[in-house]
Amino acid sequence: MDSPSLTIDAARSAVQERSTTALALAEAHYARIQNEDERIGAFLTLCEERALEQADRIDRMAAEGKPLPPLGGVPVAIKDVMSTRGVRTTAGSKILGNYIPPFDCTAVARLEAAGAVVLGKTNCDEFAMGSSNENSAFHPVRNPRDLSRVPGGSSGGSAAAVAADMAVAALGSDTGGSIRQPASFCGVIGLMPTYGRVSRYGLIAFASSLDHIGPLTKTVKDAAIMLRTIAGRDPMDSTSANISVPDYAAELDQPLKSLRLGVAREYFGDGLDDEVRHAVESAIDELKSLGCEVVPVSLPHTPYAIPAYYLIATAEASSNLARYDGVRYSYRAPGVRSLSEMYRRSRDEGFGAEAKRRIMLGTYALSAGYYDAYYLKAQKVRTLLTRDFDEAFRKVDAIVTPTSPTAAFRLGEKSNDPLAMYLADIYTVTADLAGIPGISVPCGTTKESLPIGLQILGKHFDEATILRVAHAYEQAA
Amino acid sequence: MKVTDQDVAYVADLANLDLTVDERAGMVRDLNSILEYIERLSELDTSDVEPMAQVSDRCGVDDSKQGSERFAYANRDDVLEGLRKSLSQEEALRNAPDADGTYFRVPKVIER
Repeated sequence: MDSPSLTIDAARSAVQERSTTALALAEAHYARIQNEDERIGAFLTLCEERALEQADRIDRMAAEGKPLPPLGGVPVAIKDVMSTRGVRTTAGSKILGNYIPPFDCTAVARLEAAGAVVLGKTNCDEFAMGSSNENSAFHPVRNPRDLSRVPGGSSGGSAAAVAADMAVAALGSDTGGSIRQPASFCGVIGLMPTYGRVSRYGLIAFASSLDHIGPLTKTVKDAAIMLRTIAGRDPMDSTSANISVPDYAAELDQPLKSLRLGVAREYFGDGLDDEVRHAVESAIDELKSLGCEVVPVSLPHTPYAIPAYYLIATAEASSNLARYDGVRYSYRAPGVRSLSEMYRRSRDEGFGAEAKRRIMLGTYALSAGYYDAYYLKAQKVRTLLTRDFDEAFRKVDAIVTPTSPTAAFRLGEKSNDPLAMYLADIYTVTADLAGIPGISVPCGTTKESLPIGLQILGKHFDEATILRVAHAYEQAA
Repeated sequence: MKVTDQDVAYVADLANLDLTVDERAGMVRDLNSILEYIERLSELDTSDVEPMAQVSDRCGVDDSKQGSERFAYANRDDVLEGLRKSLSQEEALRNAPDADGTYFRVPKVIER
């Protein structure tokens, strides 16, 4: 198998029917990583031993004629912000460069329990802070569709791994768009579930009220299968919701007839690239022809989402990153003479520029005299943004927007201008703030053959509807 | 310019960062540029709006109850090694930059 361009069902069936083995599939993907990843840079750590052990377990099940679990033998990649027992987990940071977790992230454990073969850990922006993957402490990731371009971020390694067929599917994390935007840039599917749908246990925290784990896949059906596997209440995360998980894949083919789709003009204003606008408008026409009713909606506070997001996310990050002190784990600067010097020099040398910038902004926003003007104000604006969605979802079942205002930009294009980089998240941060689910599905390419993404946002815990819309569009397009 | 070099030094101190002279200059520039953009939040009147710290209380909670009782499903008995076995001492120390087999070791705490 030279080019393992497989979906989850195709891979699992091939292993079940013994036309290949889980071992051969894993080896084919490792061979592809060996050949391709030097120029792409999607992986930080490979865990062959763990993968081959799991593949062997699955192959023995198949040989005994036992029915394989939903991901039996499927090679997957995990963003390096999710803890893996015994396998180095860095969060893309020098400060965790040698960290080996003593436990597994719940989402990873659930994938493996469902038969998935974890190939390795994917590159990302440091602590998932970034929109281009250039903030990795190790090396940037290049977009497999055009190596001069970024893959998006922060789950750039996971998106690139799936786009380049180095994994059948991957897990990413989304705090401000970090699953959906790289999916859009690399031309794959990226799903951010509702906040609380998937346990965050074992996810290295960036901004706890905004962090989500979700899948990046080649097809919408694969995203549905992945979500069902990782979703559901976990006693180890008190914010994981006590709500049952439907069989998303089984509901994908229900017709879209009379489904109401909202279009908000706030997502089609200044700064939206013309080619992206045209592609998204054609996609909306296509959805209309599939039976959806298109309804104009208003989300008037959208222009305030980025400022509110960058206050809340950095405030939470400054607290979460306080734990990196060089004592129990994490990098310690050499030659320090006092405890205070150890903290400062370890953090100075261990964190990269963007992590420090966000720690500084968050600490400033929480500091005496500024708390009300910045952090509290941002939390109130979060309420207004959430009310916008509540209002809109009284009229519609889902909302369609572009995922990102542009296609993939060039490496280095925005790396010296943090504000320009933050604005790359302008259409994605709103869903994180409101806690609603969103999916990015490819909707054509630019003249330069760069992928464009259509974003579909849904009601709380209604991933079924956005998956259904995305699936119908994918099948028709 | 809202944020001065002095402010940056003060905030860096709160965050246990030192920052080089160059980093401080860059931080003054970046924080001012970001805060200038954030300034647009003051266009909104939020005097009657409740702040929102998290979204977990919106779905799946028991709305017939009040306050934290709505999250009763997340409660569990307070028992030793309830959900996960505690790490062994060896495992807990394995990632430490400096440990002596029993304790984490750090430089001198009391400064003179």
